[in-house]
Amino acid sequence: MRWCRFGFRLALAVVLASTGFGSLVPGPLAGGGAAVAATAGALKIGLLAPTTGVAAAPGHDMLNGWKLWWSQHGDTVAGVRIDTMYYDTASNPNTALTQARRAVEQDGVQLLMGPYLANEGLAVAPYAEQHRVPLFLPTVSADDLTQRKASPYVIKVAGWSSSLTTHPAGPWAYAKGYRTALTLGDAYAFAYESIGGFVQTFTEKGGRVAKQLWAPLGTTDFSPYLSQVQAAHPDVAVVCVVGADAVHFLQQWSSFGLKGKVPLVVQETVTDQSSIRTLPPEQVLGIIAFSHYAEGRSDPSTQRFVGDYAAAYHALPSYMAASFYTAADWIHTALQRMHGNVADQAAFLAAVRAVQLPDSPFGPQRLDRYGAPVENVYVREVQRVPARYAAYAKTWNVVLQTYPQVSQFWTYAPGDYLRQPVYSNTFQGIKR
Amino acid sequence: MTFYAQNALNGLAYGSLLFMIAAGFTLIFGLMRIVNIAQTAFFLIGAYIGLMLLHAGVPFWIAAALAGAAVMAAGLLIYRVFLHRYHADELTALLLTLGFALMLDDLALAAWGGDPQSVPPPPAFASSVQLGPLVFPAYWLTLIVLSALVAAGLRLLERRTMLGAVIRAGVDDEEMTRGLGINIDRAFYVVFALGAFLAGAGGVLGSPITGAYPGLDGDLLPLAFAVIIIGGIGSLEGAYVGSLIIGLVSTFGKALFPELSYFTIFVPVAAIMALRPQGLLGRKR
Repeated sequence: MRWCRFGFRLALAVVLASTGFGSLVPGPLAGGGAAVAATAGALKIGLLAPTTGVAAAPGHDMLNGWKLWWSQHGDTVAGVRIDTMYYDTASNPNTALTQARRAVEQDGVQLLMGPYLANEGLAVAPYAEQHRVPLFLPTVSADDLTQRKASPYVIKVAGWSSSLTTHPAGPWAYAKGYRTALTLGDAYAFAYESIGGFVQTFTEKGGRVAKQLWAPLGTTDFSPYLSQVQAAHPDVAVVCVVGADAVHFLQQWSSFGLKGKVPLVVQETVTDQSSIRTLPPEQVLGIIAFSHYAEGRSDPSTQRFVGDYAAAYHALPSYMAASFYTAADWIHTALQRMHGNVADQAAFLAAVRAVQLPDSPFGPQRLDRYGAPVENVYVREVQRVPARYAAYAKTWNVVLQTYPQVSQFWTYAPGDYLRQPVYSNTFQGIKR
Repeated sequence: MTFYAQNALNGLAYGSLLFMIAAGFTLIFGLMRIVNIAQTAFFLIGAYIGLMLLHAGVPFWIAAALAGAAVMAAGLLIYRVFLHRYHADELTALLLTLGFALMLDDLALAAWGGDPQSVPPPPAFASSVQLGPLVFPAYWLTLIVLSALVAAGLRLLERRTMLGAVIRAGVDDEEMTRGLGINIDRAFYVVFALGAFLAGAGGVLGSPITGAYPGLDGDLLPLAFAVIIIGGIGSLEGAYVGSLIIGLVSTFGKALFPELSYFTIFVPVAAIMALRPQGLLGRKR
């Protein structure tokens, strides 16, 4: 009897604990602007970024990139003052939506930026569309937001799509002589889409997928999955995990003796600067990733940004930082074209869609008619940093090969591509 | 065959890690009836403190001991100032420890930032061991041995020392123990300190496997609950057996039915609750 009561309390505790962790609802980080009415000559931007919870680290990188641009260029463009208000999404889709509501309905922001996680983006996008508030997504890569669910209000400004980078990986792996692949991804939309992109183009060429593994988001122990890699002996392992999972994966991949034995190709989040900056070089050197960003790209447009960022924050920039820096550039450019006229929303959005940045830190970027960027995809490798950055990082990503100006539809006709479903755990685009 | 051997080793290592958390959890609950939700937060703080000490050049094992001591001090403070009043009041104590868990979580985020940190194992154990066709990180094997030693040590403490006798008496019947003129409050402090120390030191010892990142405590908490439900609440042996079971079940579950990996962990929990509610080695209450 006593035990039953305890059981109930334990259940209560588990519920409390699981809802408590990560779903507290903190207020805006630096509100302050609540009293400022939407004045003429000001553009009020609500920046949604997770600064607490699992994605806190990327969230801070996003803010750093954003602030760096405006500190370099001043916060007034063509007579319009950029008034940024910061909202913490707590890495939680519900909180992200609450904060978006608060930004739009109470604080009167004219433009939403962010959030970070794909599920946060999917939560906020319908709200933005309903209330006709533009939502710019520099880091949210969910394929469908610019494909089957494309909206005039949702634009991946300085952004990317999950399978954009992995479509080229299929033919690349096949050309390398790999015929069987094993895939491992976090069990959520971003990894389903990323892995699906590879699987579709790899199997089209004639490659075979031996096994697909999905680990729950937040996996600390990858050993069961790694034992399957050892058992399956694939020609290549293709991996897409994010955040803390990436750190654990890379550590264990090396300590289980797989590094150097089984060829490894990863989505860029695995070896993003935010993961590899905490790992010893021998665990990450030589790993190949497909990416839309590489902090070690030798082009001056990238190196100027990396140098400035390192000087300001004593770390090398992740793709999140680069995305928000470039998004600021994008808005800056559009405002100049509009001569500061932000009153006409339709014209402003048209100007944003027409912007082309020939030398952003990502390389040349422009938008297609669905609101997704057309940009370079890099095959990059983790290498030691040159001496000038030795104080800020141990390793970075250097470009080996460039696929110029890749579309989210890869080489498919958009109409044909949109007839297939979005990649998911049940649809991986496998061609027989 | 290799596949099963490899996963069995992995599971034992993971279970050994869980025992570092579950041991304190079960001791504290068994004696004081406090569900210490902050136990995994202690683990996280321990991992971060250990990481800081490692960066400062402190050797790994000493860092583990120091981090354990620091967390123990913090735990004692929390117990002395807040918790000691509520040891018979389960729900209040539970909410209090939940509050501390969230606060420690946020403090860790403020102090150490949100980047997931990786912790290198001690250099002597950083290599991989080749056992026939198996490749296994040497440190994981070390952890299996270490955790078995800790379990044996705790069992000795519980069975062979005066303190252990007081603890056992307190678990059985607190009022009677008091009635015999035994200062059981002292045992409360010792047990809470021990639980916090194990979690803090365990944080450092486990961090080469788990890393340290915000949310680690929340990830481990359900597993710790599962361990003590399976093993039997208040039973040390139960916690050890339960840890290994959960370690093995979760590892094999992930390897064999990857898409059901949470399900497979809680199937044995549900089975135990239905068939043997006191847990494998727990006593009927």
